[in-house]
Amino acid sequence: MSQPSVGSPANHVTSAPSQPSRYGIQNSPPQGPPAPLNSSVQPGQPSGYGIQNSPPQGPPAPLNSSVQPGPTPPPFNPPSSQTYQPGRQPFGPPPPLRPAAPPTGQLNNAATPPPPAAAKQEVPGAERAHIHNSFDALESGGRNAAQHPPQMGRAVGLSYPSLPPGYQNMAAPPSAPGMQTRSQPYPAGAQSFQQAPLGPAQLGSALGGMSLHQSQPPEALRAINLLQERNLLPQGPVTPPVPCLPQDLQRLNCSPEVFRCTLTNIPQTQSLLNKAKLPLGLLLHPFRDMSQLPVVTSSTIVRCRSCRTYINPFVTFLDQRRWKCNLCYRVNEGRASASQLVHYDGEPHKRPEVKNPTIEFIAPSEYMLRPPQPAVYLFVLDVSHNAVETGYLDTVCQSLLDSLSLLPGDTRTKIGFITFDSTVHFYNLQEGLSQPQMLVVSDIEDIFIPTPDSLLVNLSECKELVQDLLKGLPQMFTRTLETQCALGPALQAAFKLLSPTGGRVSVFQTQLPSVGVGALKSREDPNQRASAKDIPHLTPATDFYKKLALDCSGQQIAVDLFLLSGQYCDLASLACISKYSAGGVHYYPSYHHLHNPAQVEQLQRDLKRYISRKIGFESVMRVRCTKGLSIHTFHGNFFVRSTDLLSLPNINPDSGFAVQMSIEENLVDMQVVSFQAALLYTSSKGERRIRVHTLCLPVVNSMADIFAGADVQAITGLLASMAVDRSVTASLSDARDALVNAAIDSLRAYRSGGLSVQQPGLVAPACLRLLPLYVVALLKQKAFRTGTSTRLDERVFAMCQLKYQPLAYMMLMIHPALYRVDNLTDEGAISIADRTIPQPAILQLSVEKLSRDGSFLMDSGSVLYLWVGRNCAPNFITQVLGVPNYTAIPQTMTQLPELDTAESTRTRAFISWLREQRPFYPILHVIREESPLKASFMQHMVEDRTESALSYYEFLLHLQQQVNK
Amino acid sequence: MAFTFAAFCYMLSLVLCAALIFFVIWQVIAFDELRTDFKNPIDQGNPTRAVRRDRASLCVRVCMRISVCLVVPEYSIHGLFCLMFMCALEWVTLGLNIPLLFYHLWRYFHRPADGSEVMYDPVSMMDADILNYCQKESWCKLGFYLLSFFYYLYSMVYTLVSY
Repeated sequence: MSQPSVGSPANHVTSAPSQPSRYGIQNSPPQGPPAPLNSSVQPGQPSGYGIQNSPPQGPPAPLNSSVQPGPTPPPFNPPSSQTYQPGRQPFGPPPPLRPAAPPTGQLNNAATPPPPAAAKQEVPGAERAHIHNSFDALESGGRNAAQHPPQMGRAVGLSYPSLPPGYQNMAAPPSAPGMQTRSQPYPAGAQSFQQAPLGPAQLGSALGGMSLHQSQPPEALRAINLLQERNLLPQGPVTPPVPCLPQDLQRLNCSPEVFRCTLTNIPQTQSLLNKAKLPLGLLLHPFRDMSQLPVVTSSTIVRCRSCRTYINPFVTFLDQRRWKCNLCYRVNEGRASASQLVHYDGEPHKRPEVKNPTIEFIAPSEYMLRPPQPAVYLFVLDVSHNAVETGYLDTVCQSLLDSLSLLPGDTRTKIGFITFDSTVHFYNLQEGLSQPQMLVVSDIEDIFIPTPDSLLVNLSECKELVQDLLKGLPQMFTRTLETQCALGPALQAAFKLLSPTGGRVSVFQTQLPSVGVGALKSREDPNQRASAKDIPHLTPATDFYKKLALDCSGQQIAVDLFLLSGQYCDLASLACISKYSAGGVHYYPSYHHLHNPAQVEQLQRDLKRYISRKIGFESVMRVRCTKGLSIHTFHGNFFVRSTDLLSLPNINPDSGFAVQMSIEENLVDMQVVSFQAALLYTSSKGERRIRVHTLCLPVVNSMADIFAGADVQAITGLLASMAVDRSVTASLSDARDALVNAAIDSLRAYRSGGLSVQQPGLVAPACLRLLPLYVVALLKQKAFRTGTSTRLDERVFAMCQLKYQPLAYMMLMIHPALYRVDNLTDEGAISIADRTIPQPAILQLSVEKLSRDGSFLMDSGSVLYLWVGRNCAPNFITQVLGVPNYTAIPQTMTQLPELDTAESTRTRAFISWLREQRPFYPILHVIREESPLKASFMQHMVEDRTESALSYYEFLLHLQQQVNK
Repeated sequence: MAFTFAAFCYMLSLVLCAALIFFVIWQVIAFDELRTDFKNPIDQGNPTRAVRRDRASLCVRVCMRISVCLVVPEYSIHGLFCLMFMCALEWVTLGLNIPLLFYHLWRYFHRPADGSEVMYDPVSMMDADILNYCQKESWCKLGFYLLSFFYYLYSMVYTLVSY
């Protein structure tokens, strides 16, 4: 399909050719002192690059210290700001969100919404509204109190040449106070802004209701000269901005972990959005594991009669009976049926649907096309010579054997197995057989199912046979000499087997499919891996897998692909089978049961999660939005069945979606817009359920407000998805240019539209200060990097991950977190379930931050690296790693010994806390300075220069040149 | 009054042009169906009709139908026009049709790169950009074919009476 080159409204990844630029490091000094705009707020601002000898100027900024005083209400904050006024600047001083930092004891439930029963009271409700930031504010509050160890920011860089001059000048003193001042996450920042002492003039202007441009801009809009400010990373995780809604609405809003918008202030018109040059879109994680989820059982589900929106907290009740839909503005009558009236109970406001932004309905029979399908699992295993060599069969069969009882399902659960080499083997597991019976179909050109009834069997009835098979399977093929691999026919067989019911197919594949339909040829030229030019073969070689995936999607079958291969497997073609059937792709490069024990452990852990995680069958997801907005493009693994409907044969808790939006009609008369994602699925217990998430966002009409609400992580996530599309439809270099242009355009738009006082340097609003960093990290990501040797499969896999991972994990993949762990202390630690978890600061990803006498933990989402410096304190090596000295650290070490020392306990507590935050267990690699894995550790140092890519500072200079042009 | 080869060409192309117009109208309707079918699932009588209707493969079906039944015949018929006008030495008419011929060739060789014969890829069809583009394309073609229909009519009469 030819991609039309018409610039789409919401698509700001433009493909303008990249202008030639001078990448040489300019030695021009930072131009002038930091901008005077905010000088009253931040007297202690360190001036960034090149101030080697200047001591920290003055006391820490009041910005920081003002958090501590607690509940003092800001003098200029009138109580009327609680009610939403249309004419008001939406980001004006928000009402006092949280009177004081909550005490430490409440941390346990900080991450989970309070039970719905408690939602009635005011106080827990208010607390829930700030779930995502209360935790963080507490964290940073604790940190502020804590003394930073003096060696925190020790500059190294002696043995690491090629740092730009500005960076080498960085000395220890400015960095530590810099961290202090920058430690405010955004939402808390807005609060602290109110509480900052204001001069009489500013107070007067604020009271007089003058435009915000004349008074202080809110924290999110504070102009930052990126070239001068070095320490941009917040200490804790980056928190999403809070929409400036009236408090009672915001309290009911959907959690940002589930539903995030790139712009939390929606522009009023498309032209305004075009001017801001920021992408508008949603990032969804609809089937996230939730500890507290209100479930409603009802024979009728109240929905808008015209647009079919589910009733949600943001509808308007006109009286006891009638409500106005917040998406299409139709007035609905509440009186529908007797059962509904009972449910209403005279008080529509008390309904759980109206109290919770995320809710699950148990759907009545009208929501079924057919009786809910049973949970059906089919495993398709490669047993060719190559597969047996890698020894994965043992691991998979053993994991399955161990977790068989964890497979979600009920008494109807069915299971089946297919193996294949150059032929396809089925296993008859019919009840009554003494042992599994293998049926070989060698006619792979015209595959058929030998005994359709007995290949998929009821798990509870035939458990012994299944266990026998799993025990015997690894031995059955040990001496196979068959090297061919007929993946296509095996998939066709799986499709035929599951067609009547639907279900999940898990394919384990170890080599390029070579015979039958869907056979592929090697397309990768190893010499081109490091090419700085365009990367070919990112598109599928055949449409067989796509067509089969569409057939599967029609029959409610999802295909999950596990690729364990050292050689090129053409993932670009194979991944289509999962992409369009809403499956997932897992890739274990150079898997071998002996040579690569870390991968074996990874596979075991992943399989455990994969087998036991929740699953929804035959599902569809519809995303609705307020009239005037429309959906432009979806990103993720699914098949789009209509403009707003995704067909998802399976849904799992680890898949995320992105939606690009555009504004079709001006949203002039509206103060808020709403988005609703409704996921209809069959649970593994055979219940039809609907999970509904609703998000409500304010509409604004000025550039400054749009920038104030920009969510930099969501923007990065959406840009990454768009860039993946671009590199497949156009080319990789096109996608890279588009990423750079996106950063340039948005900063330029801010400079021309959002900034009131022109400043020298590269100016970004505080909420977008991380955008250039994330863009440079994306350019160095496996998916988009050029010049560095990258295997095609790994690149394609990274692209797949960028498309379907939920945002939180995707961000770690793009910009890993680096912690110093050899001096963990309990100061500022949080405690969860009797464990004390230290909270070290997140460091910049630069070699400069590493030090030979420390050890550092890098968390890149799916892998953890523990880098131990050569001169690391012997204390750490003996007490945590359990080896006598540095040289005794083994080459491959993936476990920390359980030592009974305080250091070991702290380190392990921290690592296990990190691991608990994500679904798939990340493997820990302990690496020394000369380990072979060092290269993969160093490739994440995105702020440094490599032979083929700019350093962060050089990239900023390049941006500056383009922006100021 | 003479019945020349050119006149025959024009007569044939008149008939075929009517067929083309029919094809394009069909395409316009199909794209419109794709775009709007699900936007208004208003059925007051049955609140769950939106869920019930079996539309699982509609997009796939429509794309396949357009690609196989409409586009390939359309392109070949238009190619035949150009060939006929070249043989009949009707350079002006040929010149009018050449841009569209090149556009069709370009379209044909820039299909999805995975070797399928499907001109409209069902998996990317629902992308707002692509759907908009396809809709616009079919409207433009409809206009072009309508104009050329009258032009062929005029030319036919002209060639018939001029000799």
